[in-house]
Amino acid sequence: MLVIRNLDVYYDKLYTLKKVSLHVKQGEIVTLIGSNGAGKTTLLNAISGLIRPAGGSILFNDEEILGKTPESIVKMGISQVPEGRLIFKTLTVEENLLLGAYSYYSIKRKREVKEEMEKIYKLLPVLKHRKKQLAGTLSGGEQQMLAIGRALMAKPKLLLLDEPSMGLAPTVIHEIFKYIVELKNLFRLTVLLVEQNARSALKISNRGYVIETGRIINEGSAEDLLLNRDIQRAYLGRDLDSEVKI
Amino acid sequence: MTLLLQFIFSGLTTGSVYALVGIGFNIVYNSTSIINLAQGEFVVIGGLMMWFFFVGLKLPFLVSFTLTLAVAGLVGFLMERLTIRPLIKKGDLLLMIMVTIAVSILIRGLLMFKFGKDPYTYPPFTVGEPIVFLGAVISQQTLWVIGITCICIAILYLFFNKTMTGRAMKACSLDIKAARLMGINVSQIVMLSFIISAVIGAVGGIAITPISLMEYDKGAMLSVKGFCAAIMGGLGRGRGAVVGGFTLGILESLTAGYIHSGLKDAVALFIMLFILFLRPAGIFGRSEIMRLRKF
Repeated sequence: MLVIRNLDVYYDKLYTLKKVSLHVKQGEIVTLIGSNGAGKTTLLNAISGLIRPAGGSILFNDEEILGKTPESIVKMGISQVPEGRLIFKTLTVEENLLLGAYSYYSIKRKREVKEEMEKIYKLLPVLKHRKKQLAGTLSGGEQQMLAIGRALMAKPKLLLLDEPSMGLAPTVIHEIFKYIVELKNLFRLTVLLVEQNARSALKISNRGYVIETGRIINEGSAEDLLLNRDIQRAYLGRDLDSEVKI
Repeated sequence: MTLLLQFIFSGLTTGSVYALVGIGFNIVYNSTSIINLAQGEFVVIGGLMMWFFFVGLKLPFLVSFTLTLAVAGLVGFLMERLTIRPLIKKGDLLLMIMVTIAVSILIRGLLMFKFGKDPYTYPPFTVGEPIVFLGAVISQQTLWVIGITCICIAILYLFFNKTMTGRAMKACSLDIKAARLMGINVSQIVMLSFIISAVIGAVGGIAITPISLMEYDKGAMLSVKGFCAAIMGGLGRGRGAVVGGFTLGILESLTAGYIHSGLKDAVALFIMLFILFLRPAGIFGRSEIMRLRKF
Protein backbone atom coordinates (compact mmCIF):
# COMPACT_ATOMS: atom_id res chain seq x y z
CA MET A 1 0.00 0.00 0.00
CA LEU A 2 2.76 2.40 0.97
CA VAL A 3 6.21 1.95 -0.49
CA ILE A 4 9.03 4.32 0.38
CA ARG A 5 12.31 4.04 -1.50
CA ASN A 6 15.62 5.75 -0.79
CA LEU A 7 14.05 8.78 0.83
CA ASP A 8 16.46 11.62 1.60
CA VAL A 9 15.50 14.62 3.69
CA TYR A 10 17.87 17.47 4.38
CA TYR A 11 17.58 20.50 6.60
CA ASP A 12 20.05 22.79 4.90
CA LYS A 13 23.11 20.55 4.59
CA LEU A 14 22.31 18.30 7.52
CA TYR A 15 20.48 15.11 6.67
CA THR A 16 17.68 13.88 8.91
CA LEU A 17 16.73 10.94 6.73
CA LYS A 18 19.19 9.10 4.54
CA LYS A 19 18.15 6.46 1.99
CA VAL A 20 15.18 5.36 4.05
CA SER A 21 13.17 2.53 2.50
CA LEU A 22 10.16 0.87 4.03
CA HIS A 23 6.82 -0.53 3.03
CA VAL A 24 3.43 -1.03 4.65
CA LYS A 25 1.03 -3.65 3.30
CA GLN A 26 -2.73 -3.33 3.24
CA GLY A 27 -4.26 -4.08 6.65
CA GLU A 28 -0.99 -4.12 8.56
CA ILE A 29 0.07 -2.25 11.65
CA VAL A 30 3.71 -1.31 11.20
CA THR A 31 5.73 0.32 13.95
CA LEU A 32 8.70 2.55 13.54
CA ILE A 33 10.76 2.71 16.72
CA GLY A 34 13.68 4.94 17.45
CA SER A 35 14.98 7.41 19.97
CA ASN A 36 14.54 11.18 20.04
CA GLY A 37 15.82 12.92 16.95
CA ALA A 38 16.14 9.74 14.90
CA GLY A 39 13.89 11.14 12.18
CA LYS A 40 10.60 9.43 12.94
CA THR A 41 8.46 12.55 12.86
CA THR A 42 10.34 13.83 9.81
CA LEU A 43 9.41 10.65 7.97
CA LEU A 44 5.72 11.04 8.76
CA ASN A 45 5.78 14.71 7.79
CA ALA A 46 7.41 13.80 4.50
CA ILE A 47 4.63 11.28 3.81
CA SER A 48 1.98 13.91 4.67
CA GLY A 49 3.63 16.39 2.34
CA LEU A 50 4.48 18.91 5.05
CA ILE A 51 8.17 18.87 4.13
CA ARG A 52 9.86 18.41 0.78
CA PRO A 53 12.32 15.50 0.63
CA ALA A 54 15.47 15.98 -1.43
CA GLY A 55 15.20 12.65 -3.20
CA GLY A 56 13.65 9.21 -3.29
CA SER A 57 10.07 8.17 -3.88
CA ILE A 58 6.92 7.57 -1.87
CA LEU A 59 4.32 5.41 -3.61
CA PHE A 60 0.80 5.17 -2.21
CA ASN A 61 -1.27 2.53 -4.00
CA ASP A 62 1.28 2.70 -6.83
CA GLU A 63 0.91 6.45 -7.20
CA GLU A 64 3.80 8.83 -6.56
CA ILE A 65 2.82 11.26 -3.80
CA LEU A 66 6.18 12.96 -3.41
CA GLY A 67 5.79 16.66 -4.20
CA LYS A 68 2.01 16.65 -3.79
CA THR A 69 0.41 19.19 -1.46
CA PRO A 70 -0.77 18.12 2.01
CA GLU A 71 -4.36 18.83 0.88
CA SER A 72 -4.26 16.35 -1.98
CA ILE A 73 -2.49 13.74 0.14
CA VAL A 74 -5.29 13.93 2.74
CA LYS A 75 -7.81 13.60 -0.10
CA MET A 76 -6.03 10.47 -1.35
CA GLY A 77 -6.61 8.85 2.03
CA ILE A 78 -3.58 9.43 4.23
CA SER A 79 -4.35 11.03 7.60
CA GLN A 80 -1.86 11.90 10.27
CA VAL A 81 -2.37 12.17 14.01
CA PRO A 82 0.50 14.56 14.76
CA GLU A 83 2.94 14.46 17.60
CA GLY A 84 1.60 16.26 20.64
CA ARG A 85 -1.94 15.77 19.27
CA LEU A 86 -2.29 19.40 18.10
CA ILE A 87 -6.03 19.49 18.65
CA PHE A 88 -7.69 22.89 18.29
CA LYS A 89 -7.90 23.64 22.00
CA THR A 90 -10.22 26.64 21.96
CA LEU A 91 -12.73 24.98 19.63
CA THR A 92 -15.34 22.49 20.81
CA VAL A 93 -14.89 18.75 20.48
CA GLU A 94 -17.54 18.70 17.76
CA GLU A 95 -15.86 21.48 15.77
CA ASN A 96 -12.56 19.59 15.97
CA LEU A 97 -14.21 16.51 14.50
CA LEU A 98 -15.95 18.54 11.80
CA LEU A 99 -12.64 20.07 10.75
CA GLY A 100 -11.33 16.54 10.32
CA ALA A 101 -13.82 16.14 7.48
CA TYR A 102 -12.72 19.40 5.83
CA SER A 103 -11.08 17.65 2.87
CA TYR A 104 -14.35 16.31 1.46
CA TYR A 105 -16.92 18.54 3.15
CA SER A 106 -19.55 20.19 1.01
CA ILE A 107 -23.21 21.02 1.58
CA LYS A 108 -24.20 17.99 -0.49
CA ARG A 109 -22.12 15.62 1.59
CA LYS A 110 -23.23 17.01 4.95
CA ARG A 111 -25.09 13.77 5.73
CA GLU A 112 -22.02 11.71 5.08
CA VAL A 113 -20.06 13.82 7.56
CA LYS A 114 -22.84 13.41 10.11
CA GLU A 115 -22.82 9.62 9.70
CA GLU A 116 -19.07 9.48 10.02
CA MET A 117 -19.28 11.52 13.20
CA GLU A 118 -21.94 9.19 14.66
CA LYS A 119 -19.67 6.22 13.91
CA ILE A 120 -16.84 7.84 15.83
CA TYR A 121 -19.11 8.87 18.70
CA LYS A 122 -20.31 5.28 18.99
CA LEU A 123 -16.77 4.03 19.32
CA LEU A 124 -15.49 6.78 21.54
CA PRO A 125 -18.50 7.66 23.70
CA VAL A 126 -16.39 10.01 25.84
CA LEU A 127 -16.27 12.39 22.91
CA LYS A 128 -20.04 12.31 22.52
CA HIS A 129 -20.58 13.22 26.17
CA ARG A 130 -18.21 16.14 25.80
CA LYS A 131 -19.04 17.30 22.30
CA LYS A 132 -19.94 20.86 23.33
CA GLN A 133 -16.93 21.19 25.62
CA LEU A 134 -13.77 23.04 24.59
CA ALA A 135 -11.20 20.52 23.43
CA GLY A 136 -8.51 22.01 25.67
CA THR A 137 -10.48 21.03 28.77
CA LEU A 138 -10.29 17.30 28.01
CA SER A 139 -7.84 15.02 29.81
CA GLY A 140 -4.69 13.91 28.00
CA GLY A 141 -6.12 10.53 27.01
CA GLU A 142 -9.35 12.08 25.81
CA GLN A 143 -7.41 14.63 23.78
CA GLN A 144 -5.49 11.81 22.13
CA MET A 145 -8.73 10.03 21.29
CA LEU A 146 -10.10 13.27 19.88
CA ALA A 147 -7.00 13.67 17.73
CA ILE A 148 -7.44 10.12 16.43
CA GLY A 149 -11.16 10.66 15.89
CA ARG A 150 -10.45 13.88 14.01
CA ALA A 151 -8.00 12.08 11.72
CA LEU A 152 -10.57 9.31 11.10
CA MET A 153 -13.16 11.90 10.05
CA ALA A 154 -11.16 12.33 6.85
CA LYS A 155 -11.98 8.68 5.96
CA PRO A 156 -8.37 7.62 5.61
CA LYS A 157 -7.12 4.33 4.22
CA LEU A 158 -3.73 4.80 5.84
CA LEU A 159 -3.45 6.28 9.31
CA LEU A 160 -0.14 7.73 10.47
CA LEU A 161 0.15 7.89 14.25
CA ASP A 162 2.94 9.96 15.77
CA GLU A 163 3.66 9.01 19.38
CA PRO A 164 0.10 8.45 20.57
CA SER A 165 1.39 7.50 24.05
CA MET A 166 3.28 10.74 24.62
CA GLY A 167 2.65 12.26 28.03
CA LEU A 168 -0.01 9.77 29.08
CA ALA A 169 -0.33 7.59 32.18
CA PRO A 170 0.51 3.87 31.65
CA THR A 171 -3.10 2.71 32.11
CA VAL A 172 -4.29 5.29 29.59
CA ILE A 173 -1.57 4.23 27.16
CA HIS A 174 -2.84 0.67 27.39
CA GLU A 175 -6.34 1.86 26.59
CA ILE A 176 -5.21 3.98 23.64
CA PHE A 177 -3.38 1.03 22.07
CA LYS A 178 -6.47 -1.12 22.59
CA TYR A 179 -8.54 1.49 20.77
CA ILE A 180 -6.05 1.67 17.91
CA VAL A 181 -6.48 -2.04 17.23
CA GLU A 182 -10.27 -1.78 17.52
CA LEU A 183 -10.47 1.22 15.20
CA LYS A 184 -8.14 -0.43 12.72
CA ASN A 185 -10.39 -3.47 12.43
CA LEU A 186 -13.59 -1.44 12.32
CA PHE A 187 -12.51 1.11 9.72
CA ARG A 188 -10.35 -1.39 7.77
CA LEU A 189 -7.32 0.80 8.23
CA THR A 190 -3.69 0.34 7.60
CA VAL A 191 -1.57 1.91 10.34
CA LEU A 192 1.94 3.26 10.43
CA LEU A 193 2.81 3.88 14.06
CA VAL A 194 5.75 5.85 15.36
CA GLU A 195 6.62 5.20 18.99
CA GLN A 196 9.20 5.53 21.70
CA ASN A 197 7.15 3.21 23.86
CA ALA A 198 8.48 0.32 21.82
CA ARG A 199 7.10 -2.62 23.75
CA SER A 200 3.43 -1.61 23.74
CA ALA A 201 3.67 -0.58 20.11
CA LEU A 202 5.33 -3.79 18.91
CA LYS A 203 2.80 -5.89 20.82
CA ILE A 204 -0.03 -4.70 18.61
CA SER A 205 2.02 -4.60 15.39
CA ASN A 206 2.64 -7.03 12.59
CA ARG A 207 6.05 -5.73 11.66
CA GLY A 208 8.50 -3.11 12.81
CA TYR A 209 11.42 -0.98 11.68
CA VAL A 210 14.14 0.50 13.85
CA ILE A 211 15.45 3.91 12.86
CA GLU A 212 18.63 5.48 14.18
CA THR A 213 20.08 8.85 13.16
CA GLY A 214 18.11 8.91 9.94
CA ARG A 215 18.74 5.36 8.75
CA ILE A 216 16.75 2.18 9.07
CA ILE A 217 19.06 -0.17 10.97
CA ASN A 218 16.79 -3.12 11.57
CA GLU A 219 13.50 -4.54 10.42
CA GLY A 220 11.46 -7.64 10.97
CA SER A 221 8.29 -9.11 12.38
CA ALA A 222 7.15 -7.65 15.66
CA GLU A 223 7.92 -10.89 17.55
CA ASP A 224 11.45 -11.00 16.22
CA LEU A 225 12.10 -7.42 17.17
CA LEU A 226 10.69 -7.93 20.67
CA LEU A 227 13.12 -10.82 21.16
CA ASN A 228 16.15 -9.17 19.55
CA ARG A 229 18.84 -8.57 22.15
CA ASP A 230 20.17 -5.30 20.78
CA ILE A 231 16.72 -3.87 20.54
CA GLN A 232 15.81 -5.05 23.99
CA ARG A 233 18.84 -3.27 25.33
CA ALA A 234 18.38 -0.05 23.40
CA TYR A 235 14.62 0.40 23.38
CA LEU A 236 12.93 -2.03 25.74
CA GLY A 237 14.99 -1.26 28.83
CA ARG A 238 16.15 -4.82 29.36
CA ASP A 239 19.69 -6.15 29.25
CA LEU A 240 19.79 -9.95 29.09
CA ASP A 241 23.58 -10.12 29.39
CA SER A 242 23.64 -8.42 32.76
CA GLU A 243 20.61 -10.23 34.14
CA VAL A 244 21.41 -12.90 36.68
CA LYS A 245 19.90 -16.31 35.97
CA ILE A 246 18.00 -17.72 38.90
CA MET B 1 -27.86 63.80 31.11
CA THR B 2 -29.08 64.73 27.64
CA LEU B 3 -25.62 65.94 26.76
CA LEU B 4 -24.03 62.74 28.05
CA LEU B 5 -26.39 60.65 25.94
CA GLN B 6 -25.58 62.81 22.95
CA PHE B 7 -21.85 62.28 23.43
CA ILE B 8 -22.31 58.56 23.90
CA PHE B 9 -24.17 58.26 20.62
CA SER B 10 -21.58 60.20 18.71
CA GLY B 11 -18.93 58.02 20.39
CA LEU B 12 -20.74 54.87 19.30
CA THR B 13 -20.74 56.16 15.73
CA THR B 14 -17.00 56.72 15.47
CA GLY B 15 -16.46 53.68 17.67
CA SER B 16 -18.28 51.54 15.09
CA VAL B 17 -15.66 52.33 12.48
CA TYR B 18 -12.83 51.68 14.95
CA ALA B 19 -14.45 48.36 15.79
CA LEU B 20 -14.70 47.36 12.13
CA VAL B 21 -11.08 48.30 11.50
CA GLY B 22 -10.09 46.46 14.68
CA ILE B 23 -11.93 43.33 13.55
CA GLY B 24 -10.07 43.58 10.25
CA PHE B 25 -6.77 43.66 12.14
CA ASN B 26 -7.78 40.58 14.11
CA ILE B 27 -8.84 38.55 11.09
CA VAL B 28 -5.54 39.11 9.30
CA TYR B 29 -3.54 38.72 12.51
CA ASN B 30 -5.19 35.40 13.31
CA SER B 31 -4.38 33.80 10.00
CA THR B 32 -0.89 35.23 9.50
CA SER B 33 0.40 36.89 12.73
CA ILE B 34 0.83 40.05 10.64
CA ILE B 35 -0.41 43.48 11.68
CA ASN B 36 -1.82 44.85 8.44
CA LEU B 37 -1.20 48.57 8.79
CA ALA B 38 -3.00 49.28 5.53
CA GLN B 39 -6.25 48.37 7.28
CA GLY B 40 -7.39 52.00 7.61
CA GLU B 41 -6.93 52.60 3.87
CA PHE B 42 -9.76 50.16 3.17
CA VAL B 43 -12.12 52.49 5.04
CA VAL B 44 -11.00 55.38 2.85
CA ILE B 45 -11.35 53.24 -0.27
CA GLY B 46 -14.90 52.45 0.88
CA GLY B 47 -15.88 56.09 1.33
CA LEU B 48 -14.22 57.47 -1.78
CA MET B 49 -15.18 54.68 -4.17
CA MET B 50 -18.76 54.93 -2.93
CA TRP B 51 -18.69 58.63 -3.80
CA PHE B 52 -17.21 57.78 -7.18
CA PHE B 53 -19.93 55.27 -8.09
CA PHE B 54 -22.86 56.93 -6.32
CA VAL B 55 -22.26 60.63 -6.97
CA GLY B 56 -19.63 60.59 -9.71
CA LEU B 57 -21.19 57.94 -11.96
CA LYS B 58 -24.74 58.38 -10.56
CA LEU B 59 -25.30 54.65 -10.24
CA PRO B 60 -28.13 53.37 -8.02
CA PHE B 61 -27.33 53.06 -4.33
CA LEU B 62 -27.22 49.28 -4.05
CA VAL B 63 -25.17 48.90 -7.24
CA SER B 64 -22.63 51.43 -5.98
CA PHE B 65 -22.55 49.70 -2.61
CA THR B 66 -21.84 46.30 -4.17
CA LEU B 67 -19.27 47.70 -6.61
CA THR B 68 -17.46 49.50 -3.79
CA LEU B 69 -17.20 46.31 -1.75
CA ALA B 70 -15.98 44.48 -4.85
CA VAL B 71 -13.26 47.08 -5.43
CA ALA B 72 -12.16 46.88 -1.80
CA GLY B 73 -12.13 43.10 -1.93
CA LEU B 74 -10.07 43.23 -5.10
CA VAL B 75 -7.55 45.57 -3.48
CA GLY B 76 -7.29 43.19 -0.51
CA PHE B 77 -6.84 40.26 -2.89
CA LEU B 78 -4.13 41.99 -4.92
CA MET B 79 -2.36 43.13 -1.79
CA GLU B 80 -2.17 39.58 -0.49
CA ARG B 81 -1.17 37.98 -3.80
CA LEU B 82 1.44 40.58 -4.75
CA THR B 83 3.05 41.49 -1.44
CA ILE B 84 2.29 38.95 1.28
CA ARG B 85 2.33 35.65 -0.62
CA PRO B 86 5.86 36.00 -1.99
CA LEU B 87 7.18 36.82 1.49
CA ILE B 88 5.20 34.55 3.77
CA LYS B 89 7.41 31.48 3.13
CA LYS B 90 10.40 33.33 4.57
CA GLY B 91 8.43 33.95 7.73
CA ASP B 92 9.91 37.37 8.43
CA LEU B 93 6.98 39.06 10.16
CA LEU B 94 8.64 42.44 10.62
CA LEU B 95 9.41 42.62 6.92
CA MET B 96 5.81 41.84 6.04
CA ILE B 97 4.49 44.47 8.45
CA MET B 98 6.77 47.02 6.81
CA VAL B 99 5.46 45.97 3.44
CA THR B 100 1.91 46.69 4.65
CA ILE B 101 3.04 50.23 5.50
CA ALA B 102 4.41 50.56 1.99
CA VAL B 103 1.11 49.36 0.57
CA SER B 104 -0.79 51.90 2.67
CA ILE B 105 1.39 54.73 1.36
CA LEU B 106 0.89 53.47 -2.18
CA ILE B 107 -2.89 53.32 -1.77
CA ARG B 108 -2.93 56.81 -0.27
CA GLY B 109 -0.89 58.12 -3.20
CA LEU B 110 -3.18 56.55 -5.76
CA LEU B 111 -6.25 57.91 -4.00
CA MET B 112 -4.77 61.42 -3.92
CA PHE B 113 -3.95 61.11 -7.59
CA LYS B 114 -7.52 60.21 -8.41
CA PHE B 115 -9.52 62.23 -5.89
CA GLY B 116 -7.27 65.12 -4.91
CA LYS B 117 -7.00 66.46 -1.40
CA ASP B 118 -10.59 67.65 -0.89
CA PRO B 119 -12.95 65.92 1.50
CA TYR B 120 -15.85 64.09 -0.12
CA THR B 121 -19.34 63.29 1.07
CA TYR B 122 -22.67 62.09 -0.23
CA PRO B 123 -26.23 62.26 1.12
CA PRO B 124 -27.19 59.99 4.04
CA PHE B 125 -28.75 56.60 3.23
CA THR B 126 -32.21 57.75 4.25
CA VAL B 127 -33.54 61.28 4.48
CA GLY B 128 -35.80 62.21 7.32
CA GLU B 129 -36.14 63.90 10.65
CA PRO B 130 -33.55 62.98 13.27
CA ILE B 131 -34.86 60.90 16.15
CA VAL B 132 -35.09 62.47 19.60
CA PHE B 133 -34.33 59.99 22.35
CA LEU B 134 -34.47 61.28 25.96
CA GLY B 135 -33.56 64.69 24.65
CA ALA B 136 -30.57 63.55 22.60
CA VAL B 137 -30.80 64.13 18.87
CA ILE B 138 -29.76 61.14 16.82
CA SER B 139 -29.50 61.45 13.06
CA GLN B 140 -30.74 58.53 11.00
CA GLN B 141 -27.30 57.98 9.53
CA THR B 142 -25.96 57.40 13.05
CA LEU B 143 -28.42 54.56 13.42
CA TRP B 144 -27.34 53.24 10.02
CA VAL B 145 -23.70 53.19 11.07
CA ILE B 146 -24.37 51.43 14.34
CA GLY B 147 -26.87 49.06 12.71
CA ILE B 148 -24.57 48.12 9.85
CA THR B 149 -21.74 47.48 12.29
CA CYS B 150 -23.98 45.19 14.32
CA ILE B 151 -25.02 43.35 11.15
CA CYS B 152 -21.36 42.92 10.14
CA ILE B 153 -20.54 41.52 13.57
CA ALA B 154 -23.49 39.12 13.40
CA ILE B 155 -22.53 37.93 9.90
CA LEU B 156 -18.93 37.40 10.96
CA TYR B 157 -20.08 35.50 14.05
CA LEU B 158 -22.19 33.17 11.92
CA PHE B 159 -19.39 32.82 9.38
CA PHE B 160 -16.81 31.81 11.97
CA ASN B 161 -19.07 29.49 13.94
CA LYS B 162 -21.44 27.95 11.42
CA THR B 163 -19.54 27.55 8.16
CA MET B 164 -16.73 25.17 7.36
CA THR B 165 -14.61 27.90 5.78
CA GLY B 166 -14.97 30.03 8.91
CA ARG B 167 -13.99 27.12 11.10
CA ALA B 168 -11.02 26.46 8.84
CA MET B 169 -9.93 30.08 9.34
CA LYS B 170 -10.12 29.63 13.09
CA ALA B 171 -8.19 26.38 12.78
CA CYS B 172 -5.40 28.15 10.88
CA SER B 173 -5.17 30.76 13.60
CA LEU B 174 -4.83 28.06 16.26
CA ASP B 175 -2.38 25.63 14.70
CA ILE B 176 -1.07 25.83 11.16
CA LYS B 177 0.44 22.35 11.11
CA ALA B 178 -2.75 20.71 12.32
CA ALA B 179 -4.77 22.80 9.87
CA ARG B 180 -2.64 21.60 6.96
CA LEU B 181 -3.02 17.99 8.11
CA MET B 182 -6.81 18.45 7.94
CA GLY B 183 -6.38 19.30 4.27
CA ILE B 184 -6.92 23.02 4.71
CA ASN B 185 -5.18 25.13 2.07
CA VAL B 186 -3.56 27.73 4.29
CA SER B 187 -2.57 30.02 1.44
CA GLN B 188 -6.21 30.33 0.36
CA ILE B 189 -7.26 31.07 3.91
CA VAL B 190 -4.71 33.89 4.15
CA MET B 191 -6.02 35.35 0.90
CA LEU B 192 -9.58 35.12 2.17
CA SER B 193 -8.66 36.86 5.43
CA PHE B 194 -7.30 39.83 3.48
CA ILE B 195 -10.41 40.03 1.32
CA ILE B 196 -12.78 39.84 4.29
CA SER B 197 -10.87 42.45 6.29
CA ALA B 198 -10.81 44.77 3.27
CA VAL B 199 -14.54 44.40 2.71
CA ILE B 200 -15.58 45.09 6.30
CA GLY B 201 -13.26 48.09 6.41
CA ALA B 202 -14.95 49.41 3.27
CA VAL B 203 -18.40 48.85 4.80
CA GLY B 204 -17.38 51.11 7.68
CA GLY B 205 -16.13 53.74 5.25
CA ILE B 206 -19.33 53.71 3.22
CA ALA B 207 -21.48 54.14 6.31
CA ILE B 208 -19.47 56.86 8.04
CA THR B 209 -18.72 59.15 5.09
CA PRO B 210 -22.07 61.03 5.12
CA ILE B 211 -21.39 61.96 8.77
CA SER B 212 -17.70 62.65 9.02
CA LEU B 213 -16.62 63.18 5.36
CA MET B 214 -13.77 61.28 3.78
CA GLU B 215 -10.47 62.45 2.39
CA TYR B 216 -7.52 60.55 0.94
CA ASP B 217 -5.27 60.64 4.04
CA LYS B 218 -7.69 59.60 6.76
CA GLY B 219 -6.48 56.01 6.63
CA ALA B 220 -3.36 56.35 8.76
CA MET B 221 -5.21 57.72 11.78
CA LEU B 222 -7.94 55.11 11.36
CA SER B 223 -5.32 52.39 11.29
CA VAL B 224 -3.88 53.67 14.55
CA LYS B 225 -7.29 53.90 16.21
CA GLY B 226 -8.43 50.55 14.91
CA PHE B 227 -5.21 48.98 16.09
CA CYS B 228 -5.76 50.54 19.53
CA ALA B 229 -9.26 49.08 19.56
CA ALA B 230 -7.87 45.66 18.70
CA ILE B 231 -5.11 45.61 21.33
CA MET B 232 -7.33 47.19 23.95
CA GLY B 233 -9.77 44.31 23.58
CA GLY B 234 -7.00 41.74 23.22
CA LEU B 235 -5.34 41.20 19.86
CA GLY B 236 -6.90 38.34 17.96
CA ARG B 237 -10.12 38.26 19.96
CA GLY B 238 -13.20 39.07 17.85
CA ARG B 239 -15.41 40.56 20.55
CA GLY B 240 -12.35 42.32 21.99
CA ALA B 241 -12.12 44.58 18.96
CA VAL B 242 -15.83 45.40 19.20
CA VAL B 243 -15.69 46.35 22.86
CA GLY B 244 -12.35 48.11 22.35
CA GLY B 245 -13.64 50.09 19.39
CA PHE B 246 -16.79 51.30 21.11
CA THR B 247 -14.89 52.13 24.30
CA LEU B 248 -12.33 54.14 22.39
CA GLY B 249 -15.03 55.98 20.44
CA ILE B 250 -17.00 56.90 23.56
CA LEU B 251 -13.86 57.99 25.44
CA GLU B 252 -12.94 60.25 22.55
CA SER B 253 -16.31 61.86 22.30
CA LEU B 254 -16.57 62.38 26.06
CA THR B 255 -13.16 64.04 26.12
CA ALA B 256 -14.04 66.22 23.17
CA GLY B 257 -17.33 67.19 24.78
CA TYR B 258 -16.36 67.74 28.40
CA ILE B 259 -12.71 68.74 28.20
CA HIS B 260 -11.50 69.97 24.84
CA SER B 261 -11.76 68.60 21.34
CA GLY B 262 -8.04 69.13 20.79
CA LEU B 263 -7.33 66.67 23.58
CA LYS B 264 -9.61 63.90 22.39
CA ASP B 265 -6.92 61.72 20.82
CA ALA B 266 -4.50 62.27 23.68
CA VAL B 267 -6.93 61.44 26.47
CA ALA B 268 -8.39 58.45 24.68
CA LEU B 269 -4.95 57.01 23.97
CA PHE B 270 -3.86 57.76 27.54
CA ILE B 271 -6.76 55.79 28.94
CA MET B 272 -5.95 53.00 26.51
CA LEU B 273 -2.40 52.89 27.87
CA PHE B 274 -3.81 52.82 31.38
CA ILE B 275 -5.99 49.82 30.55
CA LEU B 276 -3.01 48.05 29.01
CA PHE B 277 -0.93 48.73 32.13
CA LEU B 278 -3.55 46.94 34.20
CA ARG B 279 -4.26 44.21 31.69
CA PRO B 280 -1.35 43.90 29.25
CA ALA B 281 -3.13 41.23 27.21
CA GLY B 282 -6.17 43.46 26.69
CA ILE B 283 -9.65 43.23 28.18
CA PHE B 284 -10.42 39.79 26.74
CA GLY B 285 -6.87 38.65 26.02
CA ARG B 286 -5.20 35.85 27.90
CA SER B 287 -1.75 36.40 29.27
CA GLU B 288 -0.67 32.82 28.46
CA ILE B 289 -1.39 33.45 24.81
CA MET B 290 0.53 36.75 25.03
CA ARG B 291 3.67 34.99 26.09
CA LEU B 292 3.53 32.44 23.30
CA ARG B 293 3.05 34.70 20.32
CA LYS B 294 5.62 36.43 18.23
CA PHE B 295 3.99 39.87 18.17
